Amino acid sequence: MNWKHKDLLDIESLSDHEIRHIFSTSSRFIEINSRSIKKVPILKGKSVVLFFAEPSTRTKTSFDMAAKRLSADSFSLATSGSSLKKGESLKDTVLTLEAMKPDAIVIRHSLSGSAAFVAEHLQCSVINAGDGWHAHPTQALLDGFTLNRIWEDFSGKTILILGDIAHSRVARSDIKLFSRLGCTVRICAPRTLLPARAETWPVKVFNDLNQACREVDAIISLRLQLERQKAGLLPDIREYAARFCLSRRHVELAAPGVKIMHPGPMNRGIEIASDLADSRDSLILDQVESGVAVRMALLYLYLAGSKTEQELPEG
Amino acid sequence: MARMIIRNTVLNQKKGFLLLEDDRIMAFQEGEPGDSSSCKLYDGRGYHLLPSLIDVHVHLREPGFEYKEDINSGLKAAAGGGFGQVLAMANTNPVNDNASVTRLMLEKASWHHPHGPFVHPVGALTRNLEGKELAPLAELKEAGCRAFSNDGLPVRDNELFRRALEYASDLEMVVIDHCEDPCLAGDGVMNEGKISSYLGLKGIPDTAETLQVARDILLAAQLDTPVHLAHISSGKSVELIAWAKQKSIPVTAETCPHYLVWDEEQVQGYNTMAKVNPPLRTRQDTSALQDALRQGVIDIIATDHAPHADFEKQVPFAQAPNGISGLDTALSLCLGLVRKNVFELKDLARLMASSPGKIFGLPANSFQPGDPADFILVDPEHQWPVNAQTMLSKGKNTPCQGDMLQGRVMAHFMAGKEIFSRI
Repeated sequence: MNWKHKDLLDIESLSDHEIRHIFSTSSRFIEINSRSIKKVPILKGKSVVLFFAEPSTRTKTSFDMAAKRLSADSFSLATSGSSLKKGESLKDTVLTLEAMKPDAIVIRHSLSGSAAFVAEHLQCSVINAGDGWHAHPTQALLDGFTLNRIWEDFSGKTILILGDIAHSRVARSDIKLFSRLGCTVRICAPRTLLPARAETWPVKVFNDLNQACREVDAIISLRLQLERQKAGLLPDIREYAARFCLSRRHVELAAPGVKIMHPGPMNRGIEIASDLADSRDSLILDQVESGVAVRMALLYLYLAGSKTEQELPEG
Repeated sequence: MARMIIRNTVLNQKKGFLLLEDDRIMAFQEGEPGDSSSCKLYDGRGYHLLPSLIDVHVHLREPGFEYKEDINSGLKAAAGGGFGQVLAMANTNPVNDNASVTRLMLEKASWHHPHGPFVHPVGALTRNLEGKELAPLAELKEAGCRAFSNDGLPVRDNELFRRALEYASDLEMVVIDHCEDPCLAGDGVMNEGKISSYLGLKGIPDTAETLQVARDILLAAQLDTPVHLAHISSGKSVELIAWAKQKSIPVTAETCPHYLVWDEEQVQGYNTMAKVNPPLRTRQDTSALQDALRQGVIDIIATDHAPHADFEKQVPFAQAPNGISGLDTALSLCLGLVRKNVFELKDLARLMASSPGKIFGLPANSFQPGDPADFILVDPEHQWPVNAQTMLSKGKNTPCQGDMLQGRVMAHFMAGKEIFSRI
């Protein structure tokens, strides 16, 4: 298919058909990533700026590896090394970057809406690698793709998202993606970590983890920012762990073959029991593997989207 | 004795002419004037007569932030928007918490606009707006301040606010309060609700406003001292104010055109033009505010004119300053509400001229013999595009930027002198 979008800002802007197309394209890159020589020339001569104005290890590395495996040149910029530190506005910083003629800017920023703001001012493609509490579409797509490698059909499946939903861009994008794919989505957290008017979202809301886990097919545990305690949202991290740390006894309440996921980085023993994270039910490292393939697929579609699929190298 | 006739005009749906003598109104009479040889004649071109409007809540930014607005540009926008008198808030730099700043504002205004519009500075309630100790309120009154307020930085300390009300009442001055509990509002950037959750923006619950409205009402009752509640945005606040008025507690309240015509949906797409404090709330709140104006629960409409430079709003939503530039568009937006039968044109004269005049002791024109000859001629049909060229304020920050509005001031007279004209 011809890819018509300039930017990837959120899940909402993708059609169901496009989401499926991203999954099928990602499958081909999973195959390429399993070869002994993993580099293909399809984005040779293209340049991608990785503008991470907020700390990141796995997302940035994943995009960097994805770009390099497609033979694109990638350039990294972090806030600490950018003029943002000197008081330059975001608009001026990205206009300066664009003047160097990259083909895409991958942006991570602490403020919601910043990716859309940047996209509005730039001609090149903008890929949102996480903006504030708003969206992390590539994480949602890799979560979806990870499960799609196991489940062909999402309908009838129930997914539980557990933890700090209110401040999580991953939760927002996952809820939108999985409800679009036909899953029933549950969320579970203390009320202080639920978004305002959570009942208006396409989810079932729980604050008891035992009830929330019953018969679910997959559980996505989210990272808890430990500062939430200082912000008065939690009395104590120990108390949070006692009520919401996902452990083997919860998993036993779930559907047989339940899958455990986490976007990382994990606080072991707070969000997820360490043995569960390392268990056979865990897809946490599969998510990381899928992440590179999904980001390769996205860079390919956004930077060479007018080309036909046949140009993808055969296995 | 100079006489003047404004012929061919409409007042309260009657066609006729307005007779002026020097700076006062003599009469409005239906039909055409008879012998007018001893009078200066002015053709009103069939436009509607309204009193010159009074805006009790503007930010003119001078001294300190002249790149956003200065007294000259702000008063030009006031003249073109139909406002003959404006109360200018104290959050300048330096803050208007001493007589020299008050005098500077008054001198600049009279130098640029000797015949109006007129500025009435609002003195800071606390020194440097810090909410820690009272500003020299008597000195500020003496220098020409018309009211006191910590607008933008609400006084958190209930005891200090109580003492401020007592001290101001000795001076027979009104205190204007920005009703917002700073703890509940926190670093929120829009109304808390479905849309803030969806956009991943930190919300401000409407309870942040109603809590402080409740505090002010209870203190006004205890001290039997007037408090004016600024820019009310929520339906729950309206319920509390209605209760206070039933009990004859001396509170008055204002709301702004933006709370009457827009709601939180405007923020979709991270529209920084719609970022204002208090935030745009829900459609239900908008209707409640419209009802409150009809029923007299909310007394007046003020603009909370808050101009900003374009580059300040061209940032991610959370970083953008709060504020909508309102002087240029307020009357047109309110005329839109008249067309939708939210209220009548005569209510507009009450809400935007006579009632604000009464609350803050300013002369307002009701077209009665002897009233000041302060009036505007309005073409209710005139359509105009809102853009950088048509707005007179330096601040072009409004959600209706790019829209066509209907109804506009065509001429503005103060004390019988034309201070602005589009004719």
